[in-house]
Amino acid sequence: MTDLNTLTLADARDALRAGETTSKELTEACLKAIDGAGALNAFVHHTPEIALERAAEADKRIAAGDAPDMCGLPIGIKDLFCTEGVPSQAGSRILEGFLPQYESTITAQLKSAGAVMLGKLNMDEFAMGSSNETSVYGNAVNPWRRGNDDAQLTPGGSSGGSAAAVAADLCLAATGTDTGGSIRQPAAFTGIVGIKPTYGRCSRWGVVAFASSLDQAGPMTKTVRDSAIMLGAMCGHDPKDSTSANLPVPDFEAALTGDIRGKKIGIPREYRMDGMPEDIEKLWDDGAAMLRDAGAEIVDISLPHTKYALPAYYVIAPAEASSNLARYDGVRFGHRAKLEQGDGITEMYEKTRAEGFGAEVQRRVMVGTYVLSAGFYDAYYNRARRVRTLIKKDFEDVFAQGVDAILTPATPSAAFGLGEMTDADPVQMYLNDVFTVTVNMAGLPGIAVPTGVDKQGLPLGLQLIGRPWEEADLLSSAYALEQAAGFVAKPVKWW
Amino acid sequence: MSIDTSTAARVAKLARIKVEEDALPALAAEFNTILGFIEQLNEVDVDGVEPMTSVTPQRLTRREDVVTDGDVQGKVLANAPDAREGFFAVPKVVE
Repeated sequence: MTDLNTLTLADARDALRAGETTSKELTEACLKAIDGAGALNAFVHHTPEIALERAAEADKRIAAGDAPDMCGLPIGIKDLFCTEGVPSQAGSRILEGFLPQYESTITAQLKSAGAVMLGKLNMDEFAMGSSNETSVYGNAVNPWRRGNDDAQLTPGGSSGGSAAAVAADLCLAATGTDTGGSIRQPAAFTGIVGIKPTYGRCSRWGVVAFASSLDQAGPMTKTVRDSAIMLGAMCGHDPKDSTSANLPVPDFEAALTGDIRGKKIGIPREYRMDGMPEDIEKLWDDGAAMLRDAGAEIVDISLPHTKYALPAYYVIAPAEASSNLARYDGVRFGHRAKLEQGDGITEMYEKTRAEGFGAEVQRRVMVGTYVLSAGFYDAYYNRARRVRTLIKKDFEDVFAQGVDAILTPATPSAAFGLGEMTDADPVQMYLNDVFTVTVNMAGLPGIAVPTGVDKQGLPLGLQLIGRPWEEADLLSSAYALEQAAGFVAKPVKWW
Repeated sequence: MSIDTSTAARVAKLARIKVEEDALPALAAEFNTILGFIEQLNEVDVDGVEPMTSVTPQRLTRREDVVTDGDVQGKVLANAPDAREGFFAVPKVVE
């Protein structure tokens, strides 16, 4: 048998059920891979005791014959999810030492399905970043390299640790979260699959909040089938999240027919940006051709307000962040600054937040504070919310024309080098999310699928965007694209 | 709209983040870059368009107004930087 940590969720599940391996063996293989991958800085809190304990329980359930799909499968958890008694810092100094007294709904569901938590994964601080360079733990590193060049590349962000860990076979799959592209961009940068479901599909309870109207969790996996399996275990109605949808969860895996004959796939002309790299343009054209060959009808569509999604996002997300992050005040949990004689409560807040938040988080909290402040609320925040209504309407209009899914590039480039963007202004970094952020603004499901490599051998991904609540159909289209593209490249191990 | 250092200082104060005097010019410059990017939104005709309140058409669900949780003082205080006699402790607030 191949190395157990390199298995897909589906293959590992089948091997467990066939009695060809055990959860203990799978878990030990992953723990060994993690121990040897310190250079990637993907796992930042290790929980081997919890993992082995859950593996033993899973093996009992499998032996008893009542094991759900995820039972016994070792996965990594993004540091944004609160896990009872296990550090959950959101990649921030301000939550140093924080030990949640409760378990997030999603990790609780995965746990009760028998999944084995290996540890917590690196990420940009409070999920604010596109390169995992804002993390208090330091950079996560992409297992992919440009040919023989040993320059370290970003795994993307904010779910950079999740992406690096899955791509490097440190775990079979991982949880991610996506506010503007934080599952799909790192998935594309590392040659894996990542899906952000419809807003409301996955409970946000116990997931550290960044921008509550945009945040959604989702799986990051090696294949589309694995995303279907893991998404099924993650979503469902949760009374503890008032925006959680009370809808039945379909059997996503059973819906993976890959039959897209007669489906209408839209190609939005506004996504063809000036100066788009040739590799990305070709990838996109090739993807459309693959879907056409598989029997889909390819149609040109227009999403006229695309250009305004990113600027509107950079009003709405910081505004919500400034409100959400007000809770980090040094009183109830996390870091509190050392105070001087005579310091009062205001100094305590100001020093605590200055010490606890990194530069990007401080910047966004303050931008959010500004756009919400008296005199600017209408000009910035309300205008952005109006533009958001128009962005959503763009999608509603094309879906009303019978379009089933929309094909776009996932990112405007392949993974870039760590440190390469240090001197760029913040807006340059924000442009990473130009193709993904529209989907969060409209609350739609979107999936990144690896379909090719660039001239330097780095993976590239395409994004499919689906109708609200139709993840099953979207996953099936993504499965067709995956089958046609036949992407099987893996990073060459150097770590 | 251009942000000067005194506006930057006011925003930092509102956000309760201590920013040293000598860091204000760079902060104001960053704000201006970001707000310059946001200015594009002024090109959009939003007359008669409702500001989005919920991305899914669903109404917030309600439940019975009854106690469903609680009696976990120890857990609530477990992560406090300073907890005494069952309370969160902070520097003196009222003179």
